[in-house]
Amino acid sequence: MQNSSFAAMQEEDKKSRNFSDFFLFPIDIIGNKVYIICEKPIMLIGNRKAGEKMTVYVDNAATTKMSDTAFKAMAPFMQEIYGNPSSLHHIGQQAKEYLEDARERVANCIGALPSEIYFTSGGSEADNQAILTAAHNGALKGKKHIISSKFEHHAVLHTLDKLKKEGFEITLLDVYSEGIVRAEDLKKAIREDTALVTIMTANNEVGTIQPIKELSEVCKERGVIFHTDAVQAVGHIPVNVKDFGVDMLSVSAHKFHGPKGVGFLYCRKGIILQNLINGGAQERNKRAGTENLPAIVGMAAALEEAVSKLDENAKYISALRDKIIEGVADIERSRVNGDLKHHLPGTVNMCFEGIEGESLLLLLDQAGICASSGSACTSGSLDPSHVLLSMGIPVETAHGSLRLSFSEYNTEEEVDLILETIHKVVVYLRSISPVWEKIMKGEVIE
Amino acid sequence: MALYSDAVMDHFTNPRNVGKIDDADGVGEVGNARCGDIMKIYLKVNKETGIIEDVKFNTFGCASAIASSSMATCLIKGQPISKALELTNQAVVEALEGLPAIKVHCSVLAEEAIKAAVKDYYDKNGVEYDPEIFKEKHIHE
Repeated sequence: MQNSSFAAMQEEDKKSRNFSDFFLFPIDIIGNKVYIICEKPIMLIGNRKAGEKMTVYVDNAATTKMSDTAFKAMAPFMQEIYGNPSSLHHIGQQAKEYLEDARERVANCIGALPSEIYFTSGGSEADNQAILTAAHNGALKGKKHIISSKFEHHAVLHTLDKLKKEGFEITLLDVYSEGIVRAEDLKKAIREDTALVTIMTANNEVGTIQPIKELSEVCKERGVIFHTDAVQAVGHIPVNVKDFGVDMLSVSAHKFHGPKGVGFLYCRKGIILQNLINGGAQERNKRAGTENLPAIVGMAAALEEAVSKLDENAKYISALRDKIIEGVADIERSRVNGDLKHHLPGTVNMCFEGIEGESLLLLLDQAGICASSGSACTSGSLDPSHVLLSMGIPVETAHGSLRLSFSEYNTEEEVDLILETIHKVVVYLRSISPVWEKIMKGEVIE
Repeated sequence: MALYSDAVMDHFTNPRNVGKIDDADGVGEVGNARCGDIMKIYLKVNKETGIIEDVKFNTFGCASAIASSSMATCLIKGQPISKALELTNQAVVEALEGLPAIKVHCSVLAEEAIKAAVKDYYDKNGVEYDPEIFKEKHIHE
């Protein structure tokens, strides 16, 4: 049994140490100390034996595994009920019935009327259509100002960039260190020529929930259209369009165990939607193209299931998330990002100083853990996540971010493995990091 | 298709020559934390033969930054200083069986880190040199 401080271990070890050594010799890390608890070179991570690798999927904010319910619901629509809902014959009309049934079911899940639901290819299309509609309708009345927040999804921000080039003025509200938009800021930002306010219900990277009701009330007072990208929220927290008081709301099925490539836009009665896709008369002339009926039915089944188990799932998932938050608290110079009081049950975002996110992510992957990072290297640019930067997190810290997003399919055993692996990987990456060396010496980083 | 080649993953998960040399003859550090990568190279040089007897690195950065550092140190260990100065980022990329286009700057950083360490060795030992050979490629702001 060996027992020495990590720094001393580093000194003693004249040979280079690498990542696999950390796994070949199981270590226990308490604070800054590393204890080699076994000198036998056996592969042992968690309760697994050599060669066994468990896959732990904690990237549910990226996408989810389809539920059995959704999968089974879709199956008959491939080969049995394959008609085109626009066809007049009985096969087509049978498909049409299921299409309208699915519309009614998803409408019920969010407190909308079936006639207010427009099926789309997903959240991005719904965001694009909502924003471009409000911009177009506003421009007809001479209103060319749009308000959003600094940490929206790119489906929103890039659509706004396009509108900016077309002469719209865009105001992006601050989200502060807590990752939450303030209603008083919105009040101040609204102008006579504001055509649209679009603020996400919950942020995809940090999981903070926005005060949608408060924001929509501000918009109502001023007669401004309010859209919310609820892609991360629907199926995870209670979402009711009437309670929210929103005019438009975007949803994506694959975030709540539904199929990919399908979603919908809620558009309140009275707002005239503009087409993104022109052609046939589908979706009451507002979205051309033969309906993706298998996916639409799968989405309806998944959403009903998610909404019916919402409280139960939220309780279970938030316990896993909280265990992670408590479990990383002993890692020095780490932080959990965003206000935890207004938070999605399953998403947690943290930063570890002195390490870079992609390395962290790929070493977690080596241990079977699938997570996500807002580091520059995972975004394909030199800048780390705009979400973390908008919350005032320093660039160098934002490089070392990790997002874990849980679902009801995750287990406590998996959380234990994640915590054990994070501790090992963070110590390892810091042991080879010149940035961490500087931080430890108290030197200021450029 | 995997994100990285087998060679990159090998050098990333089992990096060679990781560590520090306390009594190094030359130390070079390049990059900055804001851009997301910093490399620090330590050289131990035999002053009689000019052979790089030992080389170690510490790197903050993504998988390809760590793999580039590891591969670069492998390519110069046991080589004369002159060979280390000839090391190009292209040679590092080739040895790593390629890097994704957006990661090529990691190999440039490895080349520059080694050059910086050699320059430090030259400066400390009063070796005269042409400053042109240490001109940076300026890929990082």
